[in-house]
Amino acid sequence: MTYLHVHKSAEGIRVEVTGDWTIANAAGLEAELDTLPLQLDIPVCFQPGQLTQLDLTGAWLLWRKVKELQDQGQQAELANFDSKHFKFLDDLPEPQEELEGHHLPGLRAGLAGIGRFAIREKAQNAAALAFLGRIFSSLVRVAPHPHRWRFKDIAHHTYATGIQAIPIVALIAFLISIVLAYQGADQLARFGAKIYTVNLVAISVLREMGVLLTAIMVAGRSGSAFAAQIGFMKINEEVNALSTMGFDPYEILVIPRIVALVIVLPLLTLLADLMGMVGAGFLSVYMLDLSMTQFFHRAIDSIGLNTFLVGIVKAPVFAFLIGFIGTMRGMQVSGSAESVGQQTTNAVVQSIFLVIMADALFSVVFSWIGF
Amino acid sequence: MAVQPIIQIRGLVNRFGTQVVHDGLDLDMNPGEILGVVGGSGSGKSVLLHTILGLRQATAGSVRIHGKDITSMDRAQMLDIQQRWGVLFQSGALFSSLSVLDNIQLSMKEYTRMAAATREGLANLKLQMVGLPLSAGSKFPAELSGGMVKRAALARALALDPPLLFLDEPTSGLDPISASEFDELIAYLRNNLKFSVFMITHDLDSLFNICDRIAVLVDKRMVVGTLDEILANTHPWIQRYFHGARSRAALGVKE
Repeated sequence: MTYLHVHKSAEGIRVEVTGDWTIANAAGLEAELDTLPLQLDIPVCFQPGQLTQLDLTGAWLLWRKVKELQDQGQQAELANFDSKHFKFLDDLPEPQEELEGHHLPGLRAGLAGIGRFAIREKAQNAAALAFLGRIFSSLVRVAPHPHRWRFKDIAHHTYATGIQAIPIVALIAFLISIVLAYQGADQLARFGAKIYTVNLVAISVLREMGVLLTAIMVAGRSGSAFAAQIGFMKINEEVNALSTMGFDPYEILVIPRIVALVIVLPLLTLLADLMGMVGAGFLSVYMLDLSMTQFFHRAIDSIGLNTFLVGIVKAPVFAFLIGFIGTMRGMQVSGSAESVGQQTTNAVVQSIFLVIMADALFSVVFSWIGF
Repeated sequence: MAVQPIIQIRGLVNRFGTQVVHDGLDLDMNPGEILGVVGGSGSGKSVLLHTILGLRQATAGSVRIHGKDITSMDRAQMLDIQQRWGVLFQSGALFSSLSVLDNIQLSMKEYTRMAAATREGLANLKLQMVGLPLSAGSKFPAELSGGMVKRAALARALALDPPLLFLDEPTSGLDPISASEFDELIAYLRNNLKFSVFMITHDLDSLFNICDRIAVLVDKRMVVGTLDEILANTHPWIQRYFHGARSRAALGVKE
């Protein structure tokens, strides 16, 4: 043993404490204390030997061991230490309270978990409804007063969510139409209907892919940004500051963002549609051996104004959903930086989910009315 | 004096562009003392602290801690120094994703090999030392009050039993009762556990009641002395700081 030397004598066991009793050696100290050869009926006394260093951790390990031995009914003591640490430990007030732990047994814990989840979901839905209400009440209040429309904020958010998104949205639309054209051409070639690839790409990009991918891209870019920006302002009490100065945080923070998205997403969708067609044309000419003229005829034959409108009409709705979820999650941030991360994740996941769900609904409705 | 200063700063210069913050600053801090550092807003207290802590590279000069120059140190040496100091940041800087107990245990886990139960016992001991109930250990920083955050952050700073403690405005934002309790706690811990405290503060009560010496940052340099020496100093800023209405009130309380 390096830290403890045991000397047995007639009157009891004397343990010499030597070496560096510091937190750096804690593991070794603990191991030696645990393996001390002691007997319950023989008194033990710890004394400083060649003790070179003693810090609070070392003192505590020793002090705890003595307490433990005393609790087992053994005579144990610390003698001749000139350190204040032991007195400090003796003088510490008792812990003020015990850890309250109410652990439910397995099955009941599971049931309680489901219950808690249900209650939380109910509260969240109510909160979402209330948030929607506040948005509309703020809108109604602001709408008759053009000087309160905050054009500057709207312009700023239009730039951040729209202009800056142009390159990535354009690129994605171009690439996805190439993917569609490739897969379509392979399958349709088996029926000798390769030319219909143009129909396939034009219709799916204009009706679905253009708007859907743009909305998902915007949800990832801007929905998350909204949640994080507002969330940080919430933590920094900026939102409270606005309220106490008599401003409506919804009017200043929420509405300009949603309005900007509602303006921007249809425009981005238009761009995505265009780039999708460019991609399809590019592929038709270089891979399907169609001439530019053939591609144009085919494309114009297969699509009508309807095809385009079916896509673009969905954009403002998707934009509202993304803006609504993003700003709401931002406003729901509370307390810590952890919460900002959580709500940002929620914002992205839920807005994408809602966008796809709304898209499904649109499909059903459009097929009913034969649009 | 034969005792080696625990912090020794010589000829420290810090410059941002053309703006000189410190110009040939010297400072010695003795082991076991509580050194109060004061200075006007923007006088470079935080820059000084960041320089000592190695968060900022000084423009010129040397900073020695435990006799070793931290400006020319490799990673291993720096790590050794870092394990022998504890820092209490102004806002607590508790890791918000960890519970209080995990905050305290973080450096213990990283730098020592202990049984988990021992480590937790030790962390609970730190909680007890700073006067927090054990139930606070399972809470997250966002659930704590301002005073509890400071105490929990102090417990984290004390995790590795460091001989040197840095406190950045430990009592700011606390009510006077909590602030004086916090002062007493620091003095009590220092008296029993023998560590040195480098404390930036604006709290005149802490300066007068628990600091052994006071260092004043004026004109880009340090004026260091005991309370009486500083009070007798004729520098106009020091005169205004220590003989203003607030200061007289705090002194009156002490006498």
